[in-house]
Amino acid sequence: MLTVDLIVDIITIVFLAGGAFFMITGAVGLVKFPDFYTRLHATGKCDTLGQILIIVGCMFFEGFNFITVKLFFVVAFYLFAGPAATHAIMKAAYFTGLKPWKKGDPRM
Amino acid sequence: MILTFCVAFIFWLLFSAWNKYLIGHYDLFRLARGIIVALIVTVTAHELLVPGRGEQVLLKIQRWLLYILWELYQIVLAAIDVASRVFGLRPVDPRIIEFETTLRSDLALTTFADSITLTPGTITIDIEPERGKYTVHAIDKGPADALTVDQTMQKKVGHIFMEEG
Amino acid sequence: MILPFVAVGILIGFTILISSYRMIFGPGTFNRIAAANVIGTKAIVLLIVASYIIERPHFVDIALMYAVLSFIGTIIIAKYMERGELCSP
Repeated sequence: MLTVDLIVDIITIVFLAGGAFFMITGAVGLVKFPDFYTRLHATGKCDTLGQILIIVGCMFFEGFNFITVKLFFVVAFYLFAGPAATHAIMKAAYFTGLKPWKKGDPRM
Repeated sequence: MILTFCVAFIFWLLFSAWNKYLIGHYDLFRLARGIIVALIVTVTAHELLVPGRGEQVLLKIQRWLLYILWELYQIVLAAIDVASRVFGLRPVDPRIIEFETTLRSDLALTTFADSITLTPGTITIDIEPERGKYTVHAIDKGPADALTVDQTMQKKVGHIFMEEG
Repeated sequence: MILPFVAVGILIGFTILISSYRMIFGPGTFNRIAAANVIGTKAIVLLIVASYIIERPHFVDIALMYAVLSFIGTIIIAKYMERGELCSP
Protein backbone atom coordinates (compact mmCIF):
# COMPACT_ATOMS: atom_id res chain seq x y z
CA MET A 1 0.00 0.00 0.00
CA LEU A 2 2.92 2.36 0.70
CA THR A 3 4.09 2.82 -2.86
CA VAL A 4 6.30 5.62 -4.15
CA ASP A 5 3.27 7.16 -5.85
CA LEU A 6 1.47 7.66 -2.55
CA ILE A 7 4.52 9.23 -0.88
CA VAL A 8 4.92 11.71 -3.75
CA ASP A 9 1.22 12.61 -3.48
CA ILE A 10 1.46 13.23 0.26
CA ILE A 11 4.57 15.41 -0.05
CA THR A 12 2.89 17.45 -2.81
CA ILE A 13 -0.23 18.03 -0.72
CA VAL A 14 1.85 19.13 2.29
CA PHE A 15 3.80 21.68 0.25
CA LEU A 16 0.68 23.02 -1.49
CA ALA A 17 -1.19 23.46 1.79
CA GLY A 18 1.73 25.26 3.45
CA GLY A 19 2.15 27.58 0.47
CA ALA A 20 -1.55 28.48 0.37
CA PHE A 21 -1.56 29.20 4.13
CA PHE A 22 1.38 31.59 3.85
CA MET A 23 -0.15 33.38 0.87
CA ILE A 24 -3.42 34.01 2.67
CA THR A 25 -1.50 35.27 5.72
CA GLY A 26 0.36 37.72 3.50
CA ALA A 27 -2.84 39.05 1.96
CA VAL A 28 -4.56 39.43 5.37
CA GLY A 29 -1.47 41.28 6.60
CA LEU A 30 -1.72 43.62 3.62
CA VAL A 31 -5.19 44.71 4.80
CA LYS A 32 -4.63 44.65 8.54
CA PHE A 33 -1.33 46.46 9.15
CA PRO A 34 -1.51 50.15 10.09
CA ASP A 35 1.15 51.71 7.83
CA PHE A 36 2.65 51.43 4.34
CA TYR A 37 6.10 50.29 5.50
CA THR A 38 4.72 47.48 7.68
CA ARG A 39 2.50 46.33 4.81
CA LEU A 40 5.59 45.96 2.64
CA HIS A 41 7.07 43.73 5.35
CA ALA A 42 4.04 41.46 5.04
CA THR A 43 4.03 41.13 1.27
CA GLY A 44 7.78 41.04 0.71
CA LYS A 45 8.40 38.10 3.01
CA CYS A 46 5.23 36.00 3.26
CA ASP A 47 4.30 36.14 -0.42
CA THR A 48 7.77 35.12 -1.59
CA LEU A 49 7.85 32.07 0.69
CA GLY A 50 4.29 31.01 -0.17
CA GLN A 51 5.06 31.14 -3.87
CA ILE A 52 8.29 29.17 -3.51
CA LEU A 53 6.50 26.45 -1.51
CA ILE A 54 3.70 26.04 -4.06
CA ILE A 55 6.05 25.83 -7.04
CA VAL A 56 8.34 23.35 -5.24
CA GLY A 57 5.28 21.23 -4.53
CA CYS A 58 4.42 21.26 -8.24
CA MET A 59 8.02 20.28 -9.01
CA PHE A 60 7.75 17.20 -6.78
CA PHE A 61 4.58 16.11 -8.55
CA GLU A 62 6.17 16.09 -11.98
CA GLY A 63 9.28 13.99 -11.35
CA PHE A 64 12.43 14.28 -13.46
CA ASN A 65 11.21 16.05 -16.53
CA PHE A 66 12.07 19.10 -18.59
CA ILE A 67 9.19 21.01 -17.07
CA THR A 68 10.93 20.69 -13.69
CA VAL A 69 13.87 22.64 -15.14
CA LYS A 70 11.60 25.50 -16.23
CA LEU A 71 9.86 25.61 -12.84
CA PHE A 72 13.25 25.65 -11.13
CA PHE A 73 14.17 28.74 -13.12
CA VAL A 74 10.97 30.48 -12.02
CA VAL A 75 11.85 29.71 -8.38
CA ALA A 76 15.44 30.98 -8.75
CA PHE A 77 14.20 34.15 -10.43
CA TYR A 78 11.79 34.85 -7.58
CA LEU A 79 14.41 34.36 -4.90
CA PHE A 80 16.41 37.21 -6.38
CA ALA A 81 13.68 39.46 -7.77
CA GLY A 82 11.16 39.47 -4.91
CA PRO A 83 13.27 41.30 -2.33
CA ALA A 84 14.70 43.59 -5.03
CA ALA A 85 11.23 44.83 -6.05
CA THR A 86 10.28 45.36 -2.39
CA HIS A 87 13.43 47.38 -1.80
CA ALA A 88 12.82 49.51 -4.92
CA ILE A 89 9.27 50.46 -3.85
CA MET A 90 10.37 51.22 -0.31
CA LYS A 91 13.24 53.43 -1.41
CA ALA A 92 10.98 55.43 -3.71
CA ALA A 93 8.46 55.99 -0.89
CA TYR A 94 11.14 57.04 1.61
CA PHE A 95 12.68 59.66 -0.67
CA THR A 96 9.30 61.11 -1.66
CA GLY A 97 8.57 61.88 1.97
CA LEU A 98 6.07 59.31 3.26
CA LYS A 99 6.13 59.48 7.04
CA PRO A 100 6.60 56.24 9.02
CA TRP A 101 4.20 55.28 11.79
CA LYS A 102 5.05 55.31 15.47
CA LYS A 103 3.10 53.46 18.12
CA GLY A 104 0.12 55.55 19.24
CA ASP A 105 -0.57 57.44 16.02
CA PRO A 106 -3.93 57.17 14.29
CA ARG A 107 -4.13 54.51 11.60
CA MET A 108 -3.13 55.62 8.11
CA MET B 1 31.80 36.65 -25.88
CA ILE B 2 32.22 32.94 -26.53
CA LEU B 3 31.15 32.22 -22.97
CA THR B 4 27.97 34.26 -23.44
CA PHE B 5 27.18 32.39 -26.64
CA CYS B 6 27.62 29.02 -24.96
CA VAL B 7 25.41 29.99 -22.03
CA ALA B 8 22.67 31.35 -24.33
CA PHE B 9 22.73 28.20 -26.47
CA ILE B 10 22.52 25.91 -23.45
CA PHE B 11 19.52 27.86 -22.18
CA TRP B 12 17.82 27.52 -25.57
CA LEU B 13 18.44 23.78 -25.58
CA LEU B 14 17.00 23.40 -22.08
CA PHE B 15 13.87 25.39 -22.76
CA SER B 16 12.88 23.86 -26.08
CA ALA B 17 13.15 20.14 -25.31
CA TRP B 18 10.13 17.94 -24.89
CA ASN B 19 10.21 14.69 -23.04
CA LYS B 20 8.86 12.47 -25.79
CA TYR B 21 11.22 13.56 -28.54
CA LEU B 22 14.27 13.80 -26.33
CA ILE B 23 17.58 13.66 -28.16
CA GLY B 24 16.86 11.93 -31.47
CA HIS B 25 14.62 14.67 -32.77
CA TYR B 26 17.29 17.35 -33.17
CA ASP B 27 18.28 17.56 -36.81
CA LEU B 28 20.22 20.42 -38.37
CA PHE B 29 17.24 22.64 -39.16
CA ARG B 30 16.13 22.98 -35.54
CA LEU B 31 19.67 23.45 -34.28
CA ALA B 32 20.15 26.25 -36.80
CA ARG B 33 17.23 28.14 -35.28
CA GLY B 34 18.83 27.81 -31.86
CA ILE B 35 22.19 29.04 -33.09
CA ILE B 36 20.66 32.11 -34.74
CA VAL B 37 18.74 33.06 -31.58
CA ALA B 38 21.84 32.57 -29.41
CA LEU B 39 23.89 34.72 -31.80
CA ILE B 40 21.39 37.59 -31.62
CA VAL B 41 21.39 37.49 -27.80
CA THR B 42 25.20 37.40 -27.71
CA VAL B 43 25.68 40.35 -30.05
CA THR B 44 23.27 42.62 -28.19
CA ALA B 45 24.16 41.75 -24.60
CA HIS B 46 27.72 40.47 -24.44
CA GLU B 47 28.94 43.08 -21.98
CA LEU B 48 26.70 41.99 -19.15
CA LEU B 49 28.18 38.57 -18.34
CA VAL B 50 31.77 39.48 -17.52
CA PRO B 51 33.62 37.08 -15.21
CA GLY B 52 35.14 39.00 -12.35
CA ARG B 53 38.84 39.36 -11.90
CA GLY B 54 39.00 38.62 -8.21
CA GLU B 55 41.32 36.16 -6.64
CA GLN B 56 40.29 32.75 -5.30
CA VAL B 57 36.98 32.72 -7.15
CA LEU B 58 36.32 29.02 -6.55
CA LEU B 59 36.64 29.33 -2.79
CA LYS B 60 34.27 32.30 -2.78
CA ILE B 61 31.70 30.41 -4.89
CA GLN B 62 31.76 27.43 -2.54
CA ARG B 63 31.27 29.60 0.56
CA TRP B 64 28.53 31.55 -1.24
CA LEU B 65 26.58 28.34 -1.94
CA LEU B 66 26.69 27.37 1.76
CA TYR B 67 25.51 30.87 2.63
CA ILE B 68 22.48 30.45 0.34
CA LEU B 69 21.40 27.40 2.36
CA TRP B 70 21.49 29.48 5.54
CA GLU B 71 19.45 32.13 3.72
CA LEU B 72 16.67 29.67 2.83
CA TYR B 73 16.37 28.75 6.52
CA GLN B 74 16.10 32.47 7.37
CA ILE B 75 13.28 32.98 4.83
CA VAL B 76 11.16 30.33 6.58
CA LEU B 77 11.83 31.97 9.95
CA ALA B 78 10.92 35.38 8.52
CA ALA B 79 7.56 34.22 7.17
CA ILE B 80 6.64 32.56 10.49
CA ASP B 81 7.58 35.78 12.29
CA VAL B 82 5.35 37.91 10.05
CA ALA B 83 2.48 35.42 10.46
CA SER B 84 2.73 35.68 14.26
CA ARG B 85 2.56 39.48 14.02
CA VAL B 86 -0.49 39.33 11.73
CA PHE B 87 -2.42 37.14 14.16
CA GLY B 88 -1.59 39.35 17.13
CA LEU B 89 0.86 37.17 19.05
CA ARG B 90 3.63 39.82 19.00
CA PRO B 91 3.41 43.62 18.92
CA VAL B 92 4.04 45.93 15.96
CA ASP B 93 6.33 48.82 16.88
CA PRO B 94 8.31 50.01 13.84
CA ARG B 95 11.39 52.23 13.78
CA ILE B 96 14.18 53.30 11.39
CA ILE B 97 17.85 52.64 12.25
CA GLU B 98 21.18 53.39 10.56
CA PHE B 99 24.52 51.70 10.94
CA GLU B 100 27.87 51.31 9.21
CA THR B 101 29.77 48.23 8.04
CA THR B 102 33.23 47.64 6.64
CA LEU B 103 32.18 45.96 3.36
CA ARG B 104 33.24 47.84 0.26
CA SER B 105 32.93 45.74 -2.92
CA ASP B 106 29.78 45.76 -5.06
CA LEU B 107 28.89 42.10 -4.69
CA ALA B 108 29.33 42.11 -0.92
CA LEU B 109 27.09 45.17 -0.49
CA THR B 110 24.36 43.68 -2.68
CA THR B 111 24.46 40.29 -0.93
CA PHE B 112 24.21 41.93 2.46
CA ALA B 113 21.28 44.14 1.38
CA ASP B 114 19.43 41.08 0.04
CA SER B 115 20.05 39.20 3.28
CA ILE B 116 18.72 42.07 5.40
CA THR B 117 15.48 41.99 3.39
CA LEU B 118 15.15 38.23 3.88
CA THR B 119 15.84 38.21 7.65
CA PRO B 120 12.91 38.33 10.08
CA GLY B 121 11.87 41.91 10.75
CA THR B 122 14.05 44.19 8.63
CA ILE B 123 14.05 45.73 5.13
CA THR B 124 16.85 47.77 3.52
CA ILE B 125 15.98 51.32 2.46
CA ASP B 126 19.21 52.97 1.35
CA ILE B 127 22.89 52.15 0.85
CA GLU B 128 25.80 54.55 0.68
CA PRO B 129 28.74 52.77 -0.99
CA GLU B 130 31.48 55.19 0.16
CA ARG B 131 31.33 54.41 3.85
CA GLY B 132 29.19 51.23 3.79
CA LYS B 133 26.26 52.90 5.57
CA TYR B 134 22.86 51.17 5.59
CA THR B 135 19.45 52.70 6.39
CA VAL B 136 17.13 49.94 7.57
CA HIS B 137 13.44 49.84 8.60
CA ALA B 138 12.84 47.40 11.46
CA ILE B 139 9.47 46.21 12.70
CA ASP B 140 10.29 45.74 16.40
CA LYS B 141 13.05 46.14 18.97
CA GLY B 142 14.14 42.46 18.79
CA PRO B 143 15.15 42.28 15.10
CA ALA B 144 16.70 45.76 15.29
CA ASP B 145 18.98 44.67 18.13
CA ALA B 146 19.93 41.45 16.32
CA LEU B 147 21.27 43.60 13.48
CA THR B 148 23.17 46.33 15.33
CA VAL B 149 24.25 44.74 18.62
CA ASP B 150 24.94 41.08 17.75
CA GLN B 151 26.26 41.57 14.18
CA THR B 152 26.06 37.92 13.21
CA MET B 153 25.25 38.63 9.57
CA GLN B 154 28.08 41.11 9.05
CA LYS B 155 30.55 38.49 10.23
CA LYS B 156 29.09 35.85 7.90
CA VAL B 157 29.15 38.02 4.78
CA GLY B 158 32.62 39.30 5.61
CA HIS B 159 33.76 35.69 5.97
CA ILE B 160 32.64 34.88 2.42
CA PHE B 161 34.31 37.78 0.68
CA MET B 162 37.27 37.79 3.03
CA GLU B 163 36.94 41.40 4.14
CA GLU B 164 36.92 42.42 7.76
CA GLY B 165 33.42 42.17 9.27
CA MET C 1 -5.33 13.95 -8.22
CA ILE C 2 -6.83 17.15 -9.60
CA LEU C 3 -8.77 18.07 -6.44
CA PRO C 4 -5.85 19.60 -4.43
CA PHE C 5 -4.88 21.78 -7.39
CA VAL C 6 -8.44 23.08 -7.79
CA ALA C 7 -8.54 23.88 -4.05
CA VAL C 8 -5.25 25.79 -4.23
CA GLY C 9 -6.52 27.69 -7.26
CA ILE C 10 -9.63 28.82 -5.40
CA LEU C 11 -7.51 29.95 -2.43
CA ILE C 12 -5.29 32.01 -4.72
CA GLY C 13 -8.46 33.60 -6.11
CA PHE C 14 -9.37 34.63 -2.54
CA THR C 15 -5.94 36.16 -2.11
CA ILE C 16 -6.36 38.25 -5.25
CA LEU C 17 -9.78 39.46 -4.03
CA ILE C 18 -8.40 40.52 -0.65
CA SER C 19 -5.52 42.40 -2.28
CA SER C 20 -7.85 44.25 -4.61
CA TYR C 21 -9.48 45.82 -1.53
CA ARG C 22 -6.18 47.50 -0.78
CA MET C 23 -5.88 48.52 -4.41
CA ILE C 24 -9.22 50.36 -4.38
CA PHE C 25 -9.05 51.92 -0.92
CA GLY C 26 -5.36 52.50 -0.34
CA PRO C 27 -4.70 56.12 0.62
CA GLY C 28 -2.13 57.40 -1.84
CA THR C 29 -0.24 55.89 -4.76
CA PHE C 30 2.29 53.65 -3.04
CA ASN C 31 -0.24 51.32 -1.45
CA ARG C 32 -1.70 50.74 -4.90
CA ILE C 33 1.73 49.96 -6.36
CA ALA C 34 2.37 47.36 -3.64
CA ALA C 35 -1.06 45.76 -4.24
CA ALA C 36 -0.40 45.64 -8.01
CA ASN C 37 2.88 43.85 -7.36
CA VAL C 38 1.08 41.25 -5.22
CA ILE C 39 -1.65 40.67 -7.83
CA GLY C 40 0.96 40.25 -10.58
CA THR C 41 2.89 37.60 -8.72
CA LYS C 42 -0.25 35.72 -7.72
CA ALA C 43 -1.30 35.62 -11.37
CA ILE C 44 1.89 33.74 -12.22
CA VAL C 45 1.26 31.06 -9.61
CA LEU C 46 -2.33 30.79 -10.83
CA LEU C 47 -1.04 30.17 -14.38
CA ILE C 48 1.21 27.34 -13.20
CA VAL C 49 -1.53 25.69 -11.14
CA ALA C 50 -3.95 26.01 -14.10
CA SER C 51 -1.43 24.23 -16.30
CA TYR C 52 -1.52 21.33 -13.85
CA ILE C 53 -5.32 21.23 -13.79
CA ILE C 54 -5.75 20.81 -17.54
CA GLU C 55 -2.71 18.49 -17.71
CA ARG C 56 -0.95 20.20 -20.59
CA PRO C 57 2.44 21.83 -20.20
CA HIS C 58 1.91 24.91 -22.34
CA PHE C 59 1.36 27.54 -19.67
CA VAL C 60 4.71 27.25 -17.93
CA ASP C 61 6.56 29.14 -20.67
CA ILE C 62 4.05 31.97 -20.52
CA ALA C 63 4.43 32.11 -16.71
CA LEU C 64 8.23 32.44 -17.01
CA MET C 65 7.96 35.27 -19.52
CA TYR C 66 5.29 37.13 -17.54
CA ALA C 67 7.34 36.95 -14.34
CA VAL C 68 10.22 38.83 -15.95
CA LEU C 69 7.94 41.44 -17.55
CA SER C 70 5.97 42.17 -14.37
CA PHE C 71 9.16 42.57 -12.35
CA ILE C 72 10.55 45.07 -14.85
CA GLY C 73 7.25 46.99 -14.80
CA THR C 74 7.32 47.32 -11.02
CA ILE C 75 10.88 48.64 -11.02
CA ILE C 76 10.12 51.17 -13.77
CA ILE C 77 7.15 52.58 -11.87
CA ALA C 78 9.19 52.83 -8.64
CA LYS C 79 12.00 54.67 -10.45
CA TYR C 80 9.54 57.10 -12.03
CA MET C 81 7.93 57.93 -8.68
CA GLU C 82 11.34 58.63 -7.16
CA ARG C 83 12.78 60.90 -9.81
CA GLY C 84 9.76 62.59 -11.41
CA GLU C 85 10.92 61.72 -14.93
CA LEU C 86 12.00 58.51 -16.58
CA CYS C 87 15.38 59.16 -18.23
CA SER C 88 17.54 62.16 -17.54
CA PRO C 89 18.90 63.81 -20.72
